Parts: sequence; structure tokens; C-alpha cells
Amino acid sequence: MNVMYFAWVRERIGVPSEDVQTTAATVADLVEELRNRENRYAAAFADVSALRVALDQELSDFDAPLAGVREVAFFPPMTGG
Amino acid sequence: MTVRVQQCSFDAGAELNAFSQGDGVGAVVSFTGLVRDLDGRLHQMEIEHYSGMTEHAIKGIVAQAQSRWALDDILVIHRYGVLPVGAPIMMVATKSAHRADAFAAADFLMDYLKSRAPFWKKETTADGSTWVAAKDDDEAALERW
Repeated sequence: MNVMYFAWVRERIGVPSEDVQTTAATVADLVEELRNRENRYAAAFADVSALRVALDQELSDFDAPLAGVREVAFFPPMTGG
Repeated sequence: MTVRVQQCSFDAGAELNAFSQGDGVGAVVSFTGLVRDLDGRLHQMEIEHYSGMTEHAIKGIVAQAQSRWALDDILVIHRYGVLPVGAPIMMVATKSAHRADAFAAADFLMDYLKSRAPFWKKETTADGSTWVAAKDDDEAALERW
């Protein structure tokens, strides 16, 4: 699936998006998998309460299942307006 | 309904005049957000957005406003990219027969655009660049709706 990062999450991980092959069942499982990869992921996902997630461009939550999802995006709380 | 997500600047006055045309319009409320100087320290503001999601998310917020209030039309313009001090960032305008609906819908739209539209602001000063943090108040503001 395509995994995207925005704002400081993108800066900490170092890429705006990447293809991730995973069998993670939920967003939380995917986060755990990424955290164990490298320090830059561990740094970005140190506190998931500071993060939001969108699945296929709709806001979702960390308990949500990933079955059938093509695009996951992680970002800090939005600051529009 | 008009939703525009764009890099280029816009003329809020001209937009408002064009939006206000038409017979039977009783009330127009508008809000324009500008890049605020930080006591002369701000060099620029950069706005990042999630291009695949932004317009869709804003249209969802606009649809909620249309279902809650009696509105003739809604305009939302939101910019992204590098913006200098004083530049317009975004604009919301609502049109209705009566002011109460126009005011309430504009207020609702602003609260939701702040916390539910995928934009992130970064401020650059002489000290460097920092991402603007969302405030607890922003999230709390949604609960009043």
C-alpha cells in the first residue's frame, strides 16, 4: 500500500510517501511494524496521540482495519484556516 | 457551492463582490484569513496540504453546513505554498436570506476548516522554521456544533 507522511512526520521520516508491503491488520499494527524498522520511524511515531491518520483520504483512527485500504496517510493535527 | 484550493493569491474584495451578486440575497457573511506577522519576526508562512484529500474534505464540511442552515451559496478558497506576511491565506463566504444562518454557517465552516481540512502551517523566522501546533481550543471549538 501507499503510505504518505505530512508536515513534521514527513520531515522526521525523510520521504513524502513510500510503498509498504505489510500484512498488518490495523493501523496500530502498521505503526508498530514501522517503528521497529528504523530510528527515524520510531522518532516519528513515538507518540501516536500527537498524530492523525487517514485511510484512502478519509480521516480514520488507529484501531481501524487495513483490509482493502490502498493509501494510508499519517500527519499531525491539522492547522488550516 | 464553490471550493478552490490554489497556490496563487486572490483578491478577497473582488471575490466578495462577485459572490454577493444575485436577486433575493439578504445576507452575506465573509471571513478572510491573512498571514499574521509575529511582531515583525515572521519571514514567511508555508502551507502544506494533502492534495488528494483536501478538496474532498472541504466539500464534506460545506455539505454539512448546507444541511444545517438555510444557505443560498457557499464560497471557500484556501491557499497552499509559500506565503509572505499580509497575504491572504483563505476565505469563507456564506449567502443566505437572513443573517443568522449566514453568520452561524461561516463560523461553523471556519472551526471545521481549521481542524478537519488537511493543511499544515509552517512559520519561518530568523530563528528557523517551526510547524504551527494545533491548539486544544481548536478541537474544543468543534464540540459546540
